[in-house]
Amino acid sequence: MEILQSNQISPDQIIIWHWWFITVNATMLYTWLIMLILVGGSWLVTRRVSSQIRISRWQNFLESVVTILRDQIREVSQDEPDKYLAYIGTLFLFIGLSNLLTIMPGYVAPTASLTTTAALAISVFFAVPLYGITKQGLKRYFKEYFQPTFIFFPFHIMGEISRTLALAIRLFGNIMSHDKVIGILLAVTPLFFPIIMQALGLLIGLVQAYIFAILAMVYIASASQTHEQAHE
Amino acid sequence: MDSVTLIAMASIIGAGLTMAIGSIGPALGEGRAVQQALSAIAQQPDERNTLQRTLYVSLAMIESIAIYCFVISMILIFANPFWAHVIAK
Repeated sequence: MEILQSNQISPDQIIIWHWWFITVNATMLYTWLIMLILVGGSWLVTRRVSSQIRISRWQNFLESVVTILRDQIREVSQDEPDKYLAYIGTLFLFIGLSNLLTIMPGYVAPTASLTTTAALAISVFFAVPLYGITKQGLKRYFKEYFQPTFIFFPFHIMGEISRTLALAIRLFGNIMSHDKVIGILLAVTPLFFPIIMQALGLLIGLVQAYIFAILAMVYIASASQTHEQAHE
Repeated sequence: MDSVTLIAMASIIGAGLTMAIGSIGPALGEGRAVQQALSAIAQQPDERNTLQRTLYVSLAMIESIAIYCFVISMILIFANPFWAHVIAK
């Protein structure tokens, strides 16, 4: 948090390493750090997976995370969760870990930069038709866009684009504004109040990660389900 | 009043008014959403999980309007392009 100055609002502006046309800024560095923690940690834990009664506490932790995610996905999508678990689980874990690590000194969340959140929202924008087409087939999926009458096609398109934009801006606004508010509070009331605000920031970060993943699931479910429910 | 002063004044007043007026609507909306959710939970306590999850998702969507206003005021204060352009002259 201290490496972002008060007149910069995004970690993209902190250049760490520069060589020819390759620039490494703080967003890229911390994104790769989170990927390293997630992949490396999971690999270390699942090297010795046991199905006995006594399992290591890290395996227990990972199992509980996977179980909670599967239950939530099953409730929202009314479908078997294993098809969506990889994508939705990755969204939740990446955004959740990047928001949780903000209490580490010298760390700026990569989701505090509009580039990261826009990339995640664009991936949801492409994932919704992909899941819809693999579930329903090309023609039935595209017929949905013309559904009440033929004139509704531009409204559906605009709805999709504004949903994507709202996902990106919601996550970016929550995380970036929280960093800024803590920075301002450090100048005004230094000792106790910023600590409470940082605790609130952890809560907000986790809730936003959950919201992002659940909204992505709701969009995917609504795109791949309407025909079945309409014909029942 | 030269243009530097005018831009600074307009940015500050704009940022303040954006945040002040922009947070009235979402706050009222969230209050009504929580009111309905609480009365629904009181009427059907076994559906609590579904109601809670729907409540959180709806609160996030309503909150995002206030977040848009906050982002605009942050940009006006901290990453103001007009101010940067006029200061660089």
